[in-house]
Amino acid sequence: MAKFRDRAGRPIVVVTGMGLVTSLGAGKDDNWRRLIAGESGIRAITRFPTEGLKTRIAGTIDFVPAEPFSSAELSDRIAHLAAEEAVAEAAIGARGDFPGPLFLAVAPIEMEWSVRETLARASGASGDMTYAVLMRSAGNGRFGHYHERFMLGSVADHLARHFGTRGAPVSLSTACASGASAIQLGVEAIRRGETEAALCVASDGSVNAEALIRFSLLSALSTRNEPPQGASRPFSKDRDGFVMAEGAGALVLESLEAATARGAEILGVVAGCGEGTDSFHRTRSSPDAKPIIGCMENALTDAGFAAGRIDHINAHGTSTPENDKMECLGITAVFGERAASIPISSNKSMIGHTLSAAGAVEAIVSLLTLAHQRIPPTINHDIPDPAIPLDVVSNAARDARVTAVMSNSFGFGGQNVSLILTREPE
Amino acid sequence: MTDRQETWITGIGLISSLGEGLDAHWEALEQGRVNVDDKTFAPWLVHPLAPVTFDAQIPKKSDQRQMEALQRIGTYAAGLALESAGIKGKADLLARTDMIVASGGGERDVGVDAAIMTEMVASGAPSGLVNERLMHNLRPTLFLAQLPNLLAGNISIVHGVTGSSRTFMGEEEAGINAVRIAFARIAAGQSDIALVGGAYNSERLDLMLLYECAAALRREFAPVWQRGPAGGFAPGSAGVFLVIESRRHAEARGARPFARLAGAVAGHARRAPQETLTGTFEAMWRELGPREADAAIVTTATGAEPATAGERRFLEAHADVPVRGLGTRFGNTMEAQFPLAVAIGALSLSRGALFAPGDASGVERAASQAPAQVVAVCAGHWRGEGMALIERAK
Repeated sequence: MAKFRDRAGRPIVVVTGMGLVTSLGAGKDDNWRRLIAGESGIRAITRFPTEGLKTRIAGTIDFVPAEPFSSAELSDRIAHLAAEEAVAEAAIGARGDFPGPLFLAVAPIEMEWSVRETLARASGASGDMTYAVLMRSAGNGRFGHYHERFMLGSVADHLARHFGTRGAPVSLSTACASGASAIQLGVEAIRRGETEAALCVASDGSVNAEALIRFSLLSALSTRNEPPQGASRPFSKDRDGFVMAEGAGALVLESLEAATARGAEILGVVAGCGEGTDSFHRTRSSPDAKPIIGCMENALTDAGFAAGRIDHINAHGTSTPENDKMECLGITAVFGERAASIPISSNKSMIGHTLSAAGAVEAIVSLLTLAHQRIPPTINHDIPDPAIPLDVVSNAARDARVTAVMSNSFGFGGQNVSLILTREPE
Repeated sequence: MTDRQETWITGIGLISSLGEGLDAHWEALEQGRVNVDDKTFAPWLVHPLAPVTFDAQIPKKSDQRQMEALQRIGTYAAGLALESAGIKGKADLLARTDMIVASGGGERDVGVDAAIMTEMVASGAPSGLVNERLMHNLRPTLFLAQLPNLLAGNISIVHGVTGSSRTFMGEEEAGINAVRIAFARIAAGQSDIALVGGAYNSERLDLMLLYECAAALRREFAPVWQRGPAGGFAPGSAGVFLVIESRRHAEARGARPFARLAGAVAGHARRAPQETLTGTFEAMWRELGPREADAAIVTTATGAEPATAGERRFLEAHADVPVRGLGTRFGNTMEAQFPLAVAIGALSLSRGALFAPGDASGVERAASQAPAQVVAVCAGHWRGEGMALIERAK
């Protein structure tokens, strides 16, 4: 009995299924192979015209059909793909009958320009095209599908229906920490004893012109367009911003007890989750890194681990000047002298910043790292930033003994989440 | 896991079309007041936000400038809730106050959009037009008003709530899930105190456009129960936040409860046929446990169909329970809708009375006794059903 509970007496939460889609491909095996080989999924954008834009590259997913195209539709498709892989691997429940709730981290869904254009043209009006003009053509019965497509809850609704998850699905956003928050919500539900299993999915297909421009206007994006593969350079002295990217990750979480009872293969353990909310600024971290430090410490406390237990950090590592510096400061404070000798790597060097999906995508890569005992590289780490004296896994994968990984996710709006993942229940 | 914790509602922050604060709302509800604007967006209706001086809860103009209306409404209401719970400005307590916010986002610069659409249609949308216009005409800070989680971000910045911060999306269902999960965390001992709620700005044609695609909007005002088979809802502005905490935590700091939150459940019914919604409501009603004789229902039915018709069947099956509707009075406040029902339910219990019925159709009838329990009921206009059981705190 006791072996199914952690030190705090809570049910131990394990992972029994994982699915992954990134700009490198679909499926976790293909992704792992490419990540270990140091391949980049960043390329020139062909989805929409980029003339006049400062940034013309992204980690787009162009191999998944999403028609008619919208970011909402693509987020929906890739979420289904990732969840399909995870649920199949877990071999849980019956088809279309998943025995637990859905927690979905998803890019905020909005009506898009193609829709506005269609409605404007359908109005038959000429002259000033205001929203009032569009309103008159909207209600004629031909555009009902737009309503469903652009409801914020639509992707979750579709997933819940397809996979038959229980109860009301939760759609959430904690900006770039969303994927980790989805996992945390699943862990909490299992620990409360509300459910034995949860489907945690994170998806972001939001590389469209307006989204790119919004980030660009905040000077957050790399403008190193040539070559695209060289743009995302976490922890490098010459990093100049992040690269927007698309991706989806899905995890089947279960209580260890339920997974054991049904003889499921255990892929890893979510040993701890921590949050730290920053009230300093809407887009910048507190200069003393206190919220980031608190976040990592909360995750360690939640896991019941001393900092010394962590032997790899899957960094948030966005490649913005600010993030990588602050993350390093936080790590140095939490891990002290050991900080410089813990291998750290940023998957974003290869797959870009998958935004709402990143926390889940990178948790899955962390679990694969534990399974393979091999750490994917941080590519483009040619000129290390001397102000970041960490053991970055530079440019080539590294074999290592990895027993406990900390995966960090930090986002706009002061959102910070750290997860602690291990191989074996203890 | 620790023993199940009794959960109290110790703070309520409320702004809407009916005014600001608890007294103003109670008075408006008793008088059956409705604030609906049928001119600004004619032929469509909205329940616009009553005049509010945002400085009172958002003192820095620089903060106000960084927000659009939705975030100002929510941040303001959050401040009222913290004040009501007696924790405003108490840094130590706020640093461990958890937060779940139900929010949409996407506030747009409708002027910029209109100019682009006009040019698009006139010119045949040459490649790169949208890029060029957005690059030069979008305010960089507008993005921060477009991210749903930045309402929570602003509450952290302005009020210092930094325990944890989670934002739920998905229209009415977001508010249902926010209350449900904040409650579940406290009941299970995962959290001691939480700020939970949502906000909605109704005065946005870009969002009305989305609902109008489903022909969901009402054009002539009528009480919700008298909108006929076509139905339709009127968007309503509101910011609603609750402070909920374990009784143990509240008593330790000497806080008084408005009411006890005894249960919060959610459903996700397919809406066709209509019976599925009625069945989901019945299942949730049972899940909340046995009802006392002097229970009442506070519903947010908005006139959205087939949701309101499905809910009406449920209400008719419980005709012995007095009903009060919020939809006629507030419209559809979307993400704030379920928190609103819980807030008004708790307020009614704390005042020891139901407010006066506001309806001639027979759905709302005078109640003979003060309620000891209120069930807050919400059906989203498209998806999501929620119920909460609120009881007089003893």
